[in-house]
Amino acid sequence: MSNWDTVIGLEVHVQLATKTKIFSGASTAFGAEPNTQACAIDLAMPGTLPVLNKQAVHYAVMFGLAIDAEIGKESAFERKNYFYPDLPKGYQTTQLEKPIVGRGQVEIQLADGSKKNIRIHHAHLEEDAGKSLHDGNFRHGVSGIDLNRAGTPLIEIVSEPDMISAEEAVAFAKKLHSIVTSIGICDGEMSQGSMRFDVNVSVKPRGSDTLGTRTETKNLNSFKFMEEAIAKEVERQIDLIEDGGSVIQETRLYNGDTKTARSMRSKEEANDYRYFPCPDLLPVIVSDETIEQLRRSMPELPDARQARFVEQYGLSEYDAGILGSDAPMAAYFETVTDQSGNAKLAANWTMGELAGRLNNEDISIGKSPVSAEQLAGMIARIADNSISGKMAKQVFEAMWAGEGSADEIIEARGLKQVSDSGALEQIVADVLAANQAMVDDYINTDEAKRKKKLGGFMGQIMKASKGQANPQQVNQILLQKLNELL
Amino acid sequence: MHNLTIAELVQGLQSKKFTSVELTQHFLDRIAELNPDYNAVITVTAEQALKAATAADQRLAAGNAPALCGVPILHKDIFCTNGVRTSCGSKMLDNFIPPYNATVVENFEQAGAVVLGKTNMDEFAMGSSNETSFYGPVKNPWATDCVPGGSSGGSAAAVAARLAPGATATDTGGSIRQPAALCGITGLKPTYGRVSRWGMIAFASSLDQGGPMARTAEDCALLLNCMASYDDKDSTCIEREVPDYSASLNSSIKGLRIGVPKEYFSDGLNPGTETAVRSALAELEAQGAELVEISLPNSALSVPAYYVIAPAEASANLSRFDGVRYGYRCEEPKDLEDLYCRTRAEGFGEEVQRRILIGTYCLSAGYYDAYYGKAQQVRQLIQQDFATAFEQVDLIMGPTCPSPAFKFGSKGDDPVAMYLEDIYTIATNLAGLPGMSVPCGLVDNKPVGLQIIGNYFDEARMLNAAHQYQQHTEWHNAAPEGLV
Repeated sequence: MSNWDTVIGLEVHVQLATKTKIFSGASTAFGAEPNTQACAIDLAMPGTLPVLNKQAVHYAVMFGLAIDAEIGKESAFERKNYFYPDLPKGYQTTQLEKPIVGRGQVEIQLADGSKKNIRIHHAHLEEDAGKSLHDGNFRHGVSGIDLNRAGTPLIEIVSEPDMISAEEAVAFAKKLHSIVTSIGICDGEMSQGSMRFDVNVSVKPRGSDTLGTRTETKNLNSFKFMEEAIAKEVERQIDLIEDGGSVIQETRLYNGDTKTARSMRSKEEANDYRYFPCPDLLPVIVSDETIEQLRRSMPELPDARQARFVEQYGLSEYDAGILGSDAPMAAYFETVTDQSGNAKLAANWTMGELAGRLNNEDISIGKSPVSAEQLAGMIARIADNSISGKMAKQVFEAMWAGEGSADEIIEARGLKQVSDSGALEQIVADVLAANQAMVDDYINTDEAKRKKKLGGFMGQIMKASKGQANPQQVNQILLQKLNELL
Repeated sequence: MHNLTIAELVQGLQSKKFTSVELTQHFLDRIAELNPDYNAVITVTAEQALKAATAADQRLAAGNAPALCGVPILHKDIFCTNGVRTSCGSKMLDNFIPPYNATVVENFEQAGAVVLGKTNMDEFAMGSSNETSFYGPVKNPWATDCVPGGSSGGSAAAVAARLAPGATATDTGGSIRQPAALCGITGLKPTYGRVSRWGMIAFASSLDQGGPMARTAEDCALLLNCMASYDDKDSTCIEREVPDYSASLNSSIKGLRIGVPKEYFSDGLNPGTETAVRSALAELEAQGAELVEISLPNSALSVPAYYVIAPAEASANLSRFDGVRYGYRCEEPKDLEDLYCRTRAEGFGEEVQRRILIGTYCLSAGYYDAYYGKAQQVRQLIQQDFATAFEQVDLIMGPTCPSPAFKFGSKGDDPVAMYLEDIYTIATNLAGLPGMSVPCGLVDNKPVGLQIIGNYFDEARMLNAAHQYQQHTEWHNAAPEGLV
């Protein structure tokens, strides 16, 4: 057991899924040509003024409701001043003294099934900065600036330092991801920077009440990187202290590709941001009516959905946990279930073949080449014994390749399972007749070990039927015929 | 034609006494001839103006002309004009051509006004003498060795010299009223939120307000009718119907209660200015107004509070001028820090740099509460002073500034002496109240102004009092020698 306790707090930046920016009418869509989605306001042209996007405010309130937080009925924007080329105004418009979301909490579940509450200190609205494109991404020796992202609405969620391990931090991050995607305020696309994590880590002697000096590792955009960065940082801090050194308060960067971290700036080099209330924006007033209206129209939260999946579809806690945590996956699963009428198969295929394939090819479920309707069509054919599980894998591959619906593929490939008992009896009889040596071997084997010999016959039979024989039926017929020979 | 008021010009145009093209050409000729003496106009848009005048004449002929159709005006170079350089009086924006119009510019375009060009100003509206402009100082048409006031000195001098019958201006701490007083014209700073700030380059966002300058209150009413509007592009713009400011000009002022703050007649006031202001008040009293001595006890705190709040806001507002996207950029920056430092050191003038430094200091960790926090408290006290006063009176009147126009360079070494120029005007900006200046006399043959302060959105009452005053006096018709 380690002699050290780890203390972790998170600051999470969540890009809100509004169509336009927080203070301008420019689009927030990802992936456009650089600087094509930056209007005069985003470029901080002289004389331009911000106008607050109401949808962003509503999304922030929805997050507050989701974590059972106090909603700031009057919140205010401030200017955070610093110079950087991707920050066009020379200040970031953000909230400090009066955030829109106050104290709240998020329950996480750990691998051993235990649950824990992580307290949220507050969440505030702010604008995202643009991106600097340095050497490699841009022309040699020159930095470029892309302001498409500048002004994208964010909520920054600040947790209390309630986590004691990378596992807890990741569980918390995943839970936040699940919440914001479930209520539809964020697309959750981590690879596009829709959620980014700053991790505050410190260590202290085991059992001590005094917190150690913390470091902040900024801008982690995957759960995996976060886990690695925390592990490395904890190790670094412990080594440092055990070697007689001390941790200095600093901001660090973790490179997920090289798996190394470096110091970005120390406390002494930190900016004095000179916050003051933004005179271009009025205080944000959220009325009780608006809060109630948003509360009434809140989409289902992940915890409620997981419980419902167990109740309604008879899923195991584990399956419900996986399917219910991810909103698009949950929606997909429910469509498949509704249309196929078979929740068990729908769950297995959605979590298994489909999720695995999407994961391997790094495709989000929203862009799945196999639609929920297609998968439901295929499951219906498994359920009515038209195809076997093995054939279904072929059908799935074909659907993934864009060959059409399950029925079309079954038809085109002649994959229909043979369940006609007359035809199957004939095939079994033929195979037994053609393999007398195998039959003798079966008869001469101990009764206890005979079961193992069946596989050989099955292989021959399936081959003879070109894989189309219904395996359960074949199994029955085969046993019956062999028993007759004993 | 250049001695006609806007009201008379509108009539002349509509009754076809002259065309807008004739009128526009006349003013363009005057600018060409006289502006070199005053340096009031820094960009002349002759070609666009004549084109707009031609269009205006067509509309006038067709009989569907809007309010100011064909009337030539000038815009302060702080208002963004689509396709026309908008410098804000700074080297930083010497090459800046906005791709959009300020809402104020748009409103005048809708009203059919013809824009002759852009007027000179203190750099980023920071100054009370027009000496901080990158384009050189504006000269006061009444005495060319004297300042015209600032920051809207170009607009004021242009109107005084009859280079245009009216002009737009802005006022953050007195920048409409003080130059109007020093140049002998009428200028009005509306209630904060009455005129859109969209496209008006920000100095101190919570104090900046655009307003009109002309020779008479009647003309200011006509201009304000067009200038004031609700604009959803400016979150601080207040959604409230714009009254017809011309409608109540002729109402009687009998029974009007005029508050005269004793703090505005203290030691620093020039005796000649005081005499002129007192006789203006007596004139209004003679017309039936009632003079009430009042107190604005926290007046003395307004200048120090202003010189914390305005620079603090400016320090952030001016951060965008970094040489990265538009405007001036230093030659051959060796790295990012060098780009920032030299661009801003070379692109901003001394006064602008001074205010950025003051503002940055006031907001710094450890100083915020003592300066910015305290100044905001003072601001509340000043608002409260006015609220109390307006329980007793309808309008407040006093001098616009302590003395008439001063000589160039005479306050150059002492920024604080310069800041005291705005001692009577700053409080209204801190409170967000409307204020105006009306010519009320000459001291050493230089104009002085009567300041009229109204309650929130009470511009119509202010214009009414000013118009009634002008119906019985001639100070607004006085002109610098040789310019009539």
